[in-house]
Amino acid sequence: MTLAGWAVRRLLLALPVVLAITTLTFALIHLAPGDPVYLLAGDGGSPAYYADMRVKFGLDRPIGEQFLRYAAAAATGDFGYSFTYQSPVTRVIAQHAPASILLGFAALILSIAGGVALAFVVTLWPSRVLETSIRVVSAAMYSAPVFWTGQILIIVVAVKLGFLPVGGMTTARETLAGAGLGLDVLKHLILPAVTLALPFMAVVARVTRASLRDAVREPFVQAAKARGLSHRQVVIRQAAPHAAVALTTLVGQHAPQIVAGAAITEYLFAWPGIGAVILHASLHRDYPLVTSSFLIISTAVVCSNALSDAVCAWLDPRIRLS
Amino acid sequence: MKNLGAAILILLVIVAAGAPWLAPGDPFAMAAQPLMSPGGGHVFGTDDLGRDVFAGVVHGARTSLYVGAAAAALAGALGLLVGGLAALRGGLVDQVLMRGTDFVQALPRFLLIVTIVSLFGHRFGLIVLAIGATEWPMTARLFRAYAMSALEREFSFAARAAGAGDLRILVRHILPLSLSVMAAQISYHAGGAILVEAGLSLLGLGDPAVMSWGTLLGGAQRFVRDAWWTSLFPGVAITMTVLGCNLLAEGFAAERSHMGDA
Repeated sequence: MTLAGWAVRRLLLALPVVLAITTLTFALIHLAPGDPVYLLAGDGGSPAYYADMRVKFGLDRPIGEQFLRYAAAAATGDFGYSFTYQSPVTRVIAQHAPASILLGFAALILSIAGGVALAFVVTLWPSRVLETSIRVVSAAMYSAPVFWTGQILIIVVAVKLGFLPVGGMTTARETLAGAGLGLDVLKHLILPAVTLALPFMAVVARVTRASLRDAVREPFVQAAKARGLSHRQVVIRQAAPHAAVALTTLVGQHAPQIVAGAAITEYLFAWPGIGAVILHASLHRDYPLVTSSFLIISTAVVCSNALSDAVCAWLDPRIRLS
Repeated sequence: MKNLGAAILILLVIVAAGAPWLAPGDPFAMAAQPLMSPGGGHVFGTDDLGRDVFAGVVHGARTSLYVGAAAAALAGALGLLVGGLAALRGGLVDQVLMRGTDFVQALPRFLLIVTIVSLFGHRFGLIVLAIGATEWPMTARLFRAYAMSALEREFSFAARAAGAGDLRILVRHILPLSLSVMAAQISYHAGGAILVEAGLSLLGLGDPAVMSWGTLLGGAQRFVRDAWWTSLFPGVAITMTVLGCNLLAEGFAAERSHMGDA
């Protein structure tokens, strides 16, 4: 199958998911107790305002027509107006996306680098003690909730030691530009990125370790060993590309969840990203913002899975796109 | 690994069961001065409202265990049902069920639960339901794959030759074989559910009538600078509990199936 044909097919498969999410968010708003007009237009308006808003949102129409209009608006990228931010939803998301992408990618890179390093250390220098201790540490990293590791990092690193700022993205009292600003943002980035990275780092370490171990047992790696390559050479040259496939699938599955799932970490560190915005919107029942972000996140998940499949096929010629 | 996990969870069950004796009285009641450091009559100190942190941790164990068990049972049941049905019927039913599973997996889960709870009210039963109803896709996938391969094996042919239907083979032969795989899944679900409930309570979306470790951490958030104990003890409790679930799951997963390489 050609790459273009495959891409079109995958995108078509994403359509039902998007449609289902549209239906779900629509159903949630209409099933919830209370008049949906309060969810769409906010609390505390006058009766005349709500009458206007009912007409504006088409809430006076039959339910079937409402759904079609809702779906059509979403399909054309018109996600509505966020009343908590007093701004169109697309603008709110565009404003906060860069901070989230920065934090998400920093955490992703940290967790991949850390996890891969741990896995290679265990594979290159096999030792029972090392293996067990890394397993226990990574199980703990995976089990500890981010909202707690974040608090502990704030207490120890930011408050007691005073090394790094407690929260935010920039120092509020100073106006910086250029390199100074970059350094300031970097300082603010470290703690939330580490917090967000820890659980996924444990997952990466486990998956990479397991796939390196499997790879070492594969016939082509055994053959390389038989030809006289050392254990270390075999691991680096032969087994590592094999592990890259497993890692790509893993990252493809988790990347959108990490970028979008940073909500609690962003909340904890007052990081002005999209996760904190969505959380704020969910808590304050700002539904135009909530529903559109659901659509965007789920679409990103579907695309990222497709992308990781394509990368896997490129990394390993035995995998075919289908 | 499995024994360590089981030991942690058994200890927790004892603490939860003994909560009325270990920390008598209402854990929400003011016990002493606010923000007292650990020691004296209050081994874990007191929080910003003068509540005993030890009492909160002990009573919170009940909530976490309950959420973990109930949500994991629900997720496990849904996963078995969807995965089993997909494997059994195949064809269009399989296609539809698996696309539905894809859909649930693509949802931003935590935000969806936050939305549901803030829309429909902060009730404990609803929280458990929302967590369980979004947690099952991985189990459905695993059980489907397991059942599909098992239905093609010799023992299934033998059972079919003896006149058994596929449903009977699934329930009487495949389900018992998949026990350790499914036990691992359910333990993972329990750990995940406990984390989600704590996260909700941290944000103030928990049931206000129920003491939860997340609520304790949420209260600690504003005082971490001065009162580390309000964060440390509930956090250690959550981490140990989830670790217990995950270690138990790992132990079950390592047992492999009794079916050989399937």
